Amino acid sequence: MGRRRFLGLGAVLTGSLAVGGKQAIADAAQESPPADAPWSQSIGAGVVDRPYGRPADTEASVIRRNVPWLTASAESSVSFSPLQDLHGIITPNGLFFERHHAGRPDIDPAQHKLMIHGLVERPLLLTMKDIMRFPSVSRIHFIECPANGGMNWRAAQMNSLQFSHGMVSCAEWTGVKLSTLLEETGIRNQAKWAMVEGADGAHMNRSLPLDKCLDDCLVVYAQNGEALRPEQGYPLRLVVPGWEGNVNIKWLRRIKLGEKPWHTREETSKYTDLMPDGTSRGFTWLIDAKSVVTFPCPEKPLDGPGLYEIRGLAWTGNGKIKRVDVTMDGGVNWQSARLHEPVLSKALTKFTLPWRWDGRPALVASRVIDETGYVQPTIAQLRAQRGSNSVYHNNSIQTWQVKPDGSVFNVQLA
Amino acid sequence: MYSSRKICLPIIAILLACAASLAGAAEPGSFGYGSVATPAQIAGWDIDVRGEDGTGLPSGKGTVDRGAEVYAEQCAACHGTFGEGEGRFPKLVGGVGSLRDERPEPTVGSYWPFAPTLWDYINRAMPMQAPHTLSADDVYALTAYILNLNDLVPHEFVADRNSLPKVKMRNRDNFIWTDPRPDTMTKPCMNDCVNAADVRISSTAEGRNLTPRTTGPLDTMQQK
Repeated sequence: MGRRRFLGLGAVLTGSLAVGGKQAIADAAQESPPADAPWSQSIGAGVVDRPYGRPADTEASVIRRNVPWLTASAESSVSFSPLQDLHGIITPNGLFFERHHAGRPDIDPAQHKLMIHGLVERPLLLTMKDIMRFPSVSRIHFIECPANGGMNWRAAQMNSLQFSHGMVSCAEWTGVKLSTLLEETGIRNQAKWAMVEGADGAHMNRSLPLDKCLDDCLVVYAQNGEALRPEQGYPLRLVVPGWEGNVNIKWLRRIKLGEKPWHTREETSKYTDLMPDGTSRGFTWLIDAKSVVTFPCPEKPLDGPGLYEIRGLAWTGNGKIKRVDVTMDGGVNWQSARLHEPVLSKALTKFTLPWRWDGRPALVASRVIDETGYVQPTIAQLRAQRGSNSVYHNNSIQTWQVKPDGSVFNVQLA
Repeated sequence: MYSSRKICLPIIAILLACAASLAGAAEPGSFGYGSVATPAQIAGWDIDVRGEDGTGLPSGKGTVDRGAEVYAEQCAACHGTFGEGEGRFPKLVGGVGSLRDERPEPTVGSYWPFAPTLWDYINRAMPMQAPHTLSADDVYALTAYILNLNDLVPHEFVADRNSLPKVKMRNRDNFIWTDPRPDTMTKPCMNDCVNAADVRISSTAEGRNLTPRTTGPLDTMQQK
C-alpha cells in the first residue's frame, strides 16, 4: 500500500511538470530516464537461485546455430558459434562450435578409459583418475574446423558472420601433455605415427605424426576451468594446437603408435583438398593465418554515420599474430589495427581500429600477417591456386559491404 | 628430542626424488599410474586397419551376393538401393571422371584411394544407428558389394584380408600426401594497392536466401 501511494505521488509530481507543455514532457521522458528502474526498487533473486548459472534471458538469441540444408542429419553435422555477439578471445563453453560425426555420446567417466599401445614399451590402460594424477598444464588454443568458410569457396553465400566464420572457437584447455603420457609408455624406435580414436559411434580416428604429438599436443579433461562439455569430448579429448579441428579427437579412448599413417576414411574420403587438376592434397593439417572483422558484420549493422570501433579476431596455426591490417575501401588502402593482449600462440587474437564512418558505401576487410611472415590471401588468390572444389582451408580475406543505410553484406571482390 | 637436521635430510631426499620423477619421467612407468594393458584387452580394442596394405584386417570373408542382402537391410535406407544416396546422405557409387568438373562427385568409385579403408570405416562407424555391431564377415560382404557396384571387382569377388589390399582403386595415385602450403605469396601493400576504379564486387550473399536467421529460435529452413 505504502509503495503504491509513493508511486502515485511520483505520477502527480511528474504531472505537475506538464505546465511546460506536452512536448516538453515527452522530451524530458526521453532525456532523463527514471532514476530507478523497477529492478532498482525491488529485491532480486537469492544466491543459488540458479545453482549453475546461465546467461540473462534477454541473451536468448546468442546460441549455436546450424544450417539445416547443409547436412543429411544433425548427428553428423556442425553448429556455428555466434561470433557476432562474443567479445573476447575465449569462447564460452556453451557456445563453442560443434562438429560431430555420429552424434554426441553421453559418457560415464567412471567407465571411460584411455588405451595407449602399439609401438610402445609398456602399453597402458588409464582411467580418468589416473590421467588426472599426471602433471597438469593449461593452455589457451583455438580450434577451427577446416570447412569453416567452405560455403563461401565458390561465391559469397552466407550472409552472416556466424555462418561464414563460426566454426572457430577458443578455450583454455587443461590436461596432461601427450608427450608425458608417451614417455610413461615408452616409445619404440620404429614409431613415427600415432592413430588417435574416439569413443563415439563413429570411432572417429585420424593419423598424426609422432613429432607433432611430442611437440605440443594435450590430452585434456577441462575447458575454461570446468570439465569438458559433452559436446567437446567429455570426459577426455585431444587438443592438437593449430591443426584442423577434426584431428582434435573428442571422447578420446585410444592412441596407437605405428610406423606409417593409417589413411582412415576421415583422411582420404574426407578432409582432403580436391584441386582443379583432379589431384587431391592429403594430410593438410595446418590452419593457415586467418582473420575476420566481427563488427560491423551482417548481424551487426551500423547505426548511422559517426565514430565506430572496428573489431575483429585473428588466428594462425603457425604461432602468433604479428599484425592485422584493415581496409575500408576494398583493399586500396590499409591501416594497421591495434592488437590486444594477450597475443598467444595458436589462440584467437583480438584487434580493433577506430573508424569514423561518413555514411558512404564502404568495403571493410581485415588481413592478418603471422609471425612466419605469411599474409592472409584473397579468395581470388586462393582460387587461382586451388580452384573452388577444395571445400576445406578457405582462410581468405572476408569483405563486408557497408551500404549507406548501415546494412552489411557478405561480398567477394573480383 | 630429534634434531631438525635428522628430520630434514630424509625429507629433502624424498622431495628430490619426487621432483626428479615429475620433471624427468624419462623411464617408462616412472609415474606408475594405471595398469599395463593385457594382450586380451588390447585385442578387444585394436580395431584399426591400415588403408594402404590392410594391416589389421581380421580373418573372415564375404561375397558380393551376401553383401547385397546385408546392404538392403542395413544401408539402403540412407545410401540408396544402388548406392546413389538418399537426400544428402553420401553417394557410394558414381562420379568416375568427375573430379575435374564444376560439380565433382567423390565416391568410393571415383575418389577413395584404398579399399581396406572401406572395410575399416564400415566396421567402425556403420550402420549409423548401431555402429560397430556387424560381424567381420558381413563387413567383408558389404565391402565386396560396394566395390562391385563401382565396377572395381567382378561379381565373383570374395573379400578377405588378402584380397582387399590388392584391389586397385581408381584414384589411388592422385593424392599428394605432403602439404604444399603456403601456396600463396602476398606482400602486404598499405597504400594505393589497387586502382579504386578496379574494385568490383564479383559476388554477394545478399538476396540468396541461403542463410538461416541468427536471432530468435533455431531456424528450421528446408533443404536447398
